[in-house]
Amino acid sequence: MDKSINQVEQPALEQVLQIEGASCAGCVNKIEKALNNVPGVTQAQMNFADRTASVSGDVKLEVLIQAVEQIGYHAKMAATEDEADTLTEKEQEEQNYYQTLLRHTWIALGVGVPLMIYGLVGGTMTVTTVTEQVVWGLVGLVTLAVMYFSGKHFYFGAWRSFIHHSANMDTLIALGTGTAWLYSMLVVFVPDLLPLMARHVYFEATAMIIGLINLGLAFEVKARGKTSQAIKRLIGLQVKTATVIRDEEEVNIAIAKVQLDDVVKVRPGEQIPVDGEVISGSSMIDESMLTGEPVPVEKRKGDEVASGTLNKTGSLLFKATRVGKDTALAKIISMVKRAQNSKPSIGRLADVISAYFVPTIMIISIISALVWLNFGPEPQLAFAIAAATTVLIIACPCALGLATPMSVMVGVGKAAEAGVLIRNGEALQTASKITTMVLDKTGTITAGSPSVTDIIVLDDRDESRVLQLAASIESHSEHPLAMAVVSSAKEQSINLVEVTEFNAIAGQGVEGLCEGEHLLFGNEKLMTQQGVALDQAVEQGQQLAQQAKTPMYFAINNQLVAVIAVADAIKADSKAAIARLQSNGIKVVMLTGDNRDTAVAVAKQVGVDEFYAEVQPQDKAAQVEVFQQAGEIVGMVGDGINDAPALALADVGFAIGTGTDVAIESGDITLMRGSLHGLADAIAVSKATLTNIKQNLLGAFVYNVAGVPIAAGLLYPFFGILLSPVIAGAAMAFSSLTVVSNANRLRWFKAKQH
Amino acid sequence: MIVINLLGLVLIGFIVWWFWLYQPPKQRTNKGNIEIEVKDGVYTPAQVKVLAGQPFTLRFIRRDPSLCAEVVQIPTLSVSDNLPTNQPHDISLPELAVGKYEFHCQMKMYRGVIHVVEDE
Repeated sequence: MDKSINQVEQPALEQVLQIEGASCAGCVNKIEKALNNVPGVTQAQMNFADRTASVSGDVKLEVLIQAVEQIGYHAKMAATEDEADTLTEKEQEEQNYYQTLLRHTWIALGVGVPLMIYGLVGGTMTVTTVTEQVVWGLVGLVTLAVMYFSGKHFYFGAWRSFIHHSANMDTLIALGTGTAWLYSMLVVFVPDLLPLMARHVYFEATAMIIGLINLGLAFEVKARGKTSQAIKRLIGLQVKTATVIRDEEEVNIAIAKVQLDDVVKVRPGEQIPVDGEVISGSSMIDESMLTGEPVPVEKRKGDEVASGTLNKTGSLLFKATRVGKDTALAKIISMVKRAQNSKPSIGRLADVISAYFVPTIMIISIISALVWLNFGPEPQLAFAIAAATTVLIIACPCALGLATPMSVMVGVGKAAEAGVLIRNGEALQTASKITTMVLDKTGTITAGSPSVTDIIVLDDRDESRVLQLAASIESHSEHPLAMAVVSSAKEQSINLVEVTEFNAIAGQGVEGLCEGEHLLFGNEKLMTQQGVALDQAVEQGQQLAQQAKTPMYFAINNQLVAVIAVADAIKADSKAAIARLQSNGIKVVMLTGDNRDTAVAVAKQVGVDEFYAEVQPQDKAAQVEVFQQAGEIVGMVGDGINDAPALALADVGFAIGTGTDVAIESGDITLMRGSLHGLADAIAVSKATLTNIKQNLLGAFVYNVAGVPIAAGLLYPFFGILLSPVIAGAAMAFSSLTVVSNANRLRWFKAKQH
Repeated sequence: MIVINLLGLVLIGFIVWWFWLYQPPKQRTNKGNIEIEVKDGVYTPAQVKVLAGQPFTLRFIRRDPSLCAEVVQIPTLSVSDNLPTNQPHDISLPELAVGKYEFHCQMKMYRGVIHVVEDE
């Protein structure tokens, strides 16, 4: 229904071209003129900055490209950048960066490790003689070369940040290693300025720190690559070419060239290239990659197919209905990417700290140096330099900064694999705290496709005549129960008759005139209000309701003629999924517009904690509010269309979709398949992610809060422990790696089997 | 020792002023496309001034391969984009109300501000 409306109301087609070869602003007019002259173009506008042209009008893409090429420029369809290519390029760049970091590591460690070993085996690291001055001076120059080859990015970064009144991790590393090197050079050149005990050189520390931090960064690049595996998998579902029928011939074209209304062919074993509507053939389609639903779905004429899904058994011809960035897959990818980059509020404190972190560490470093100089034992200067350097090196803003985004990245990706699309980090955080889950019965607990189960005729009319009249009047209604009656008539090949003066009475039923008779069809309330005597039919109605069927009454000329029962089958796994939610301590509440008896029957079958019957659609939001006022954190599950106000009001709105026909943007969390297990999966992933974030944040806080005072020498007066700058460098390098690795653990998370 | 202690205190004072209290000079108003280079730990320019009620585009060019520079976020506008390396990446922004809009990387090490001002 909605789809046909969309098609009718679709505005004039707008296409965006990427223009190549336009090097001056003067080209703009020329290109715009050429495009505007193409018959059918209503408006063409070029954005010189983007090198793109937006063209409105019903014109084939090829014609536009030709028009641009005729005046000496090149054009192609924009906004269909190949995600897979971009990804490969990104991976290649990451690989190059990884190699560079490793090279930096080996150079620095190649100098640092021998020096450190020399120190550990008892070699003199102090400068007392001229020979030592010369030797250590040479070592100092070699270290300087290491600082340049392996660490120049830290120093340049620190300097550029500094002149921009900003400080970051580079600042800390540059200051720490720079201080150690400068002090050591001071010892080499003017040892006499310093007391004998303070003539210690720290070249090994400088080289080791640079090596270890580069190594940590290299490991981090590898580990972070893994955090985006889910999105890589989704991007991998996009195929590069499609077979379309042009002039009655099959042509294999690039996916970017597939246009709306093109007829696309897919053979068994091929992936669906774009979204479309089947026009001939039938086949089983594996949609698990999008919905998490393991059982293939049969598709035949009129059904929708989604790009990225796998055609298993037969050949299909379908008409492209969504291409490029509009396909369900492209939207899912873009939503997952956006959500992966968003942050839940739990990470806010870390953000605030990050902004003040580096200058604060610099101040702590100065204070610790002053304390050592004023109150420390001999050699005070050497202790002060070591403590100040160690404080700078051990502090790790990265671990704090990475704690939340890394977990969100993996968690959101993991959820997407299970067919659960989480809109943002905040939804993820709130979902983990839900205490009450409100479910709409129809389409959520039940399949949402009711069918007629009983027709009890109460007068001498023929059953098929009763069904004919009932279906004729119901064919004007869009209510799911009405559709069930109409389908039942169609199944029996009963022709419908004309109904006039149709009137829908909200929440009660319908009335109209047919062949001179007044028809009334609806619930008990409608009959009572219209003065139709129900007598013993009420009892029959109750009996049907107790079997989870919805009884409806049909009256002709205000005389009751039939009770028609419709039942909506409960989804096979609803009961198990509800039990899973309850085992997580969540209260499950069912809302339904049905009468109390039907509600009781369904509630009993699926085992919800509470239910509310005869709830009108407009009252659902109010019901959600009642729970919220009682202090509950409410999740509301609905189909995303009728339940929009309740979904919006709930703390977390879950839009439930069946197959790929899903309103991706309508809820905080969208379940790509109809099963309620998706809800339990969403909550399980959210809880696991939140726990992971908390572990990361705690780890990062504890590391910095404990590490910095120890580095400053707080333990020295009590236990004689003072950290070496090299140990601090190793700890710092591996602290952010720990955070990323912990986030990666989420990749192994599995929702309980169902 | 007094001199060293005083020097230390001056240095602390300098850090506080340089990193926290310093107010950047007034910027020229930018129009249309604003190119921002992402390199060596800073956005250049990091302070962007635009007129209220006029849409504009931030074009980020990331020259830094490190992962810190990978994402740019404008939290108040719900923008969070991945930046490719050595390629322009445009973020088109709608007409904004007067105010300050921070943009930064995921770890807030790269930081910048969009100042949206009334017509001068």
